[in-house]
Amino acid sequence: MADLVVTGPVLEKAKIQIDKSLIKAGVHTVLLIDEAGNIVASCGKKRNDLDTTSLAALAAANFGATSQMAKLIGEDDFSLLFHKGKKDSIHFARIGSALILITIFGDDVSLGLVRIRVAQLIKTIEQVFGICN
Amino acid sequence: MALIDLSKKEVHCKIVYYGPGRCGKTTNLLYIYNAMSDRARGKMLTIETKGDRTLFFDLLPLNLGKVNGFDIRIQLYTVPGQAIYEATRKLVLKGVDGLVFVADSLRVRQAKNIESLEDLQKNLMENNLSFNEIPLILQYNKRDLVSTPIPTLELDELESDLNSHLHTMAFEAAATKGMGVFETLKAISKLTVRHVARKHLMAK
Repeated sequence: MADLVVTGPVLEKAKIQIDKSLIKAGVHTVLLIDEAGNIVASCGKKRNDLDTTSLAALAAANFGATSQMAKLIGEDDFSLLFHKGKKDSIHFARIGSALILITIFGDDVSLGLVRIRVAQLIKTIEQVFGICN
Repeated sequence: MALIDLSKKEVHCKIVYYGPGRCGKTTNLLYIYNAMSDRARGKMLTIETKGDRTLFFDLLPLNLGKVNGFDIRIQLYTVPGQAIYEATRKLVLKGVDGLVFVADSLRVRQAKNIESLEDLQKNLMENNLSFNEIPLILQYNKRDLVSTPIPTLELDELESDLNSHLHTMAFEAAATKGMGVFETLKAISKLTVRHVARKHLMAK
């Protein structure tokens, strides 16, 4: 796995895109993390209330664990995961092979909207980071 | 996989404590957590099974201060040592930048130490890594038991079992009492940060 080096302008572009597509849609926190569980970018008004370090580590591990499950049933990977809570839910999506997008949203935002926006955002972030699939 | 954030001037590295079950990996992290100030340490995350054994991993984020203007942030992970959790160990090794192999000095654990080191080598290979490409340090834990009637391994035996091919730094430790814990952490942090900096920052 190659190391990830991010520069200010790339990070800024990614944050603007996350803000435009997800935060404006009512999502309250978005984390962009790498596969090792490091936080690349965090956006949203509730990000400072969360233990984002633990969340990122668990999300990366969760993704790793489910991709092993995928292999056991003959799939390569599950590209997205969703956990529904009473008030807040979490949506995870893979971006390329190195990044994971975590979206946390309340019951006032529909899952369908999050899925559409995340699908669009993945393409944009792939371009910003120069990720080829 | 280190993360280097040039805008915030931060370097994030992942160090994994590896070793057989019950060798003291989590004890190392707990001692570090309890000894460090709130400013330097993050929240320790542990996922345990019923019998106090690590199920998935423990995580302790640390802030080691500045080197050449860069904030050094280290995340210490442990793996579950028991043989059945091999898939989990492989996952935790994803993106590792530095390794500490914690060996158990108890004589009855001699074979488990060797088995675990072989398992580490195999799992690194599956992550496209090898012992030559990644900083690795050995820690011979439970040295406080040498003076008790419990049968323990001599240092020479541990060296020939585990370090005859690696030829790496090895520290004696008694993690429950803190002996050797910070010496190990300092050495592996230094090696890991130097390794990452050589690859990315010094070349520029």
